[in-house]
Amino acid sequence: MADPILSVRDLHTQFHGREGIVRAVDGVDFDVFEGRTLGVVGESGCGKSVTARSILGIVDRPGRVMGGQILLRPQGGGPPVDLATLPQAAMRRIRGPEIALVFQEPMASFSQHYTIGNQITEAILLHMGLGKRAARARAIELLDMVGVPQPDRRIDEYPFQLSGGLRQRVMIAMALACDPRVLIADEPTTALDVTTQAQILDLLRDLQQKRGLAIILITHDMGVIAEMAHDVAVMYLGRAVETGPVQDIFNRPRHPYTRALLRSIPTVMARPRTRLPTIEGSIPHPFDRPRGCAYHPRCSEKLGAVCETHEPPPIDTEHRQVRCFLHGGIPGAPPGTQP
Amino acid sequence: MIAFVVRRFLLGLFTVWLISVASFTIIQLPPGDFVDAYIAQLAASGSPVSATEADMLRKLYGLGQPMYVQYGKWISRVVTGDFGESMEWRRPVTEVIGDRIWLTLLLSFAALLITWGLALPIGIYSAVRQYSFGDYAFTLLGFVGIAVPNFLLALIIMYFSFKLFGANVGGLFSSEMTIQPWSWAKAWDLAKHLPLPAVILALAGTAQLIRIMRANLLDELRKPYVVTARAKGLSETRVILKYPVRAALNPFASNIAYLFPFLVSGSVIISIVLGLPTVGPLLVKALVAQDMFLAGTIVLLLGVMTVVGTFISDLVLMWVDPRIRHQMD
Ligand SMILES: Nc1ncnc2c1ncn2[C@@H]1O[C@H](COP(=O)(O)OP(=O)(O)O)[C@@H](O)[C@H]1O
Ligand SMILES: [Mg+2]
Repeated sequence: MADPILSVRDLHTQFHGREGIVRAVDGVDFDVFEGRTLGVVGESGCGKSVTARSILGIVDRPGRVMGGQILLRPQGGGPPVDLATLPQAAMRRIRGPEIALVFQEPMASFSQHYTIGNQITEAILLHMGLGKRAARARAIELLDMVGVPQPDRRIDEYPFQLSGGLRQRVMIAMALACDPRVLIADEPTTALDVTTQAQILDLLRDLQQKRGLAIILITHDMGVIAEMAHDVAVMYLGRAVETGPVQDIFNRPRHPYTRALLRSIPTVMARPRTRLPTIEGSIPHPFDRPRGCAYHPRCSEKLGAVCETHEPPPIDTEHRQVRCFLHGGIPGAPPGTQP
Repeated sequence: MIAFVVRRFLLGLFTVWLISVASFTIIQLPPGDFVDAYIAQLAASGSPVSATEADMLRKLYGLGQPMYVQYGKWISRVVTGDFGESMEWRRPVTEVIGDRIWLTLLLSFAALLITWGLALPIGIYSAVRQYSFGDYAFTLLGFVGIAVPNFLLALIIMYFSFKLFGANVGGLFSSEMTIQPWSWAKAWDLAKHLPLPAVILALAGTAQLIRIMRANLLDELRKPYVVTARAKGLSETRVILKYPVRAALNPFASNIAYLFPFLVSGSVIISIVLGLPTVGPLLVKALVAQDMFLAGTIVLLLGVMTVVGTFISDLVLMWVDPRIRHQMD
C-alpha cells in the first residue's frame, strides 16, 4: 500500500476542567489512505468527535492536544507536516483546502442567519482566490454535484428551508468547496432516516471514487462500517484497540470489544423477537479510566490479574494491530508466546 | 412577510387606540367633571373663570353627555393637534410641552446608542474571554452600575465636574441659549450638553444588556455551527463576529421598544436632578397639580412612541433574523 495521506500517532487530547482531567483521546493511532475510507467506530463518548476536532486543531476550550503527532503528507510528496505543532495561521490554510469536516447535525451545523450560498462561498473566497461571481458559480456547481435539485435557486435559500437530507448534501458540498484531500465525516447519517442515510452514503462513495478522497467515517454503527469502510479503527475510551482491513475485522475480530460490537449488530438471519446481545456494563467516564486494560471490567475473555494492572501494548501483525493480552505482550513472557 | 408587517401595523393602531382610551380615563379621573376641577383650580390661584367661559368649555367637550360622546369629541380634537389647555399654565398643552417631547426623544435615542455602543463590545469580550480578569472586572462594574441609583451617579458626576472643572453640567443648554430660537449655535450647544446626561441615563441599561449579551453569546458559542465556521479556516475574530454574535443580536433589536419607556421613566429623577427640559418632570408636576389635560397628553404621546418603537423593533428583528422573515410565508 502507498504511504498514508494522514497518520495519527499516539494522539492525546485532554480537557482540564474544574473537576479534573478528562482524557477524551488517550493514545489513538491510525492511518488514512488516498481513495480509501477509514471507519472509526466505538460507543458514544469514546472520543471519536474529539479525535476529529483534534486533527483540525479546533477542540473546544478547555480541551487541548497534549501529545502525539498528526502527520499530513503534502500534495506532491515531501516530508509530512505535523499538524499538532503547526502554528494557527498555517493551520487555517489546512482547514478547508486540505482537510474538511461534515457533521452529525446538519441543522445545528449551519448558521440560520445566512443563506447556504453565503456559507459555501465564504470558504471559496477565503482559500481559492476566486472573485464573487466565480465563487458563486462554483458553489452552484458543487450543489449540483451533491445532487441538490435546482441549485441556482436553492443557493439563495436558508438552511431552515431545506429538508434534513438536502441539508446534509449541502453540508457535504460545503466541505468539498475547496477540494480537500481528506474528508472527516462525523456521524454524517445518524440524524437521518434510513432511506436518506443510504443516499448520503452512496453520495460519499461516489465522490470518493471520482476524486480519490480519503475519508474518515466516524460512526457508532457497525452496519455503516460494513457498507462503507475499507479499513477500520475500533475505539474504546480514547484509544484504538483494534485496527485493520474491514474483511479481517469482520471475519476474524481479535479484540474482545470488537467481537462484542459485532455480536450486537442485528442480522436478517436472527430469529425474530430474540434479544440482541448487548455489551455488559457501561462505559466508564474517561474521567476515571480503569487501570490496566480499560476494557477489563466489561471483558468476557479476561485473562486475569495482568489485565487489571498492565496496559496491553499494540501487537502488530501484517496490516493489523490489536491491544489485548490475548494476542501477546504479557510483561515478563517471552515475545511471541500466546497464552 | 408583507402580511406580517401589515398585521403588526394594525395591531399597533389598535394599541394606540387603547392608549388613547387610557389617557382619556386619566383626564376624567378627578371627581366631578374636569371643568369643575378647572374652575376650582383657577379660583384657588386667584383668577376666577366666568360662568359663560365655563359653559363654553362644557359644550366644547360635551360634558354631561354619555362617555363615548365625550371621548369622541376629545379624540376628534386630539387628531387635529388640539390637546386642550393646561390648567396650571393657562396655555395650550402643545405649547407647554413644546420642544420637550423631541428633546426627550433625542436624549433617549442618544442613551440607546451609548447603551449599544458599550454593551455590544463589552458583552462580546466578556463571553469570549469568560472568567478572564477583564470579564470579572466588567462584571463587577456592571453590578455596580445596576446597584447604584442613576440619580446618585448624576449627583456625584455633577459634584466632581463642578469641583474639578468649575463647570455646571445641568440642563441641555447653556443658560443664555435656553430661550433663544433654534439655530446652528443652539444645536451645537445642545450637542455639547447631551453626552453627559445620555451616559448617565445609559449606564443601568448598559449593565443589563451586557449581562444579556454575555449569556446569549456563551450559549451560541457552544453551538455546532461555530465549529463548522472554524473548520472552514476562518480567523477566530471572523468566526465570532459573523456567526454567534449575529445570532446573539436579537435582544438588541427587541430592546429598542423595551428600552424607550425604561429610559423615559428612568429619566424623570435624573431630569429633575440635572434640570433637563424633558417631559419626565413635566409629567410629575402635572400629576401632582391634577393638570389632567397635560398629564393625559404626555401619557398619550409616550404610549404612541412606545408603540412606534415596538413596530420599529419588529422590523429590525425581521432584518436580523431570517427565520422570522420566512415564518409568515
Ligand atoms: N467541551 C468538552 N469539555 C469537557 N469534556 C468534553 C468536551 N467535549 C467532549 N468531552 C468529553 O470527551 C469524551 C469524548 O467525547 P466525544 O469525542 O464527543 O465522543 P464521541 O465518541 O461520542 O464522539 C466524552 O467523555 C466527553 O465527555
Ligand atoms: Mg460524536
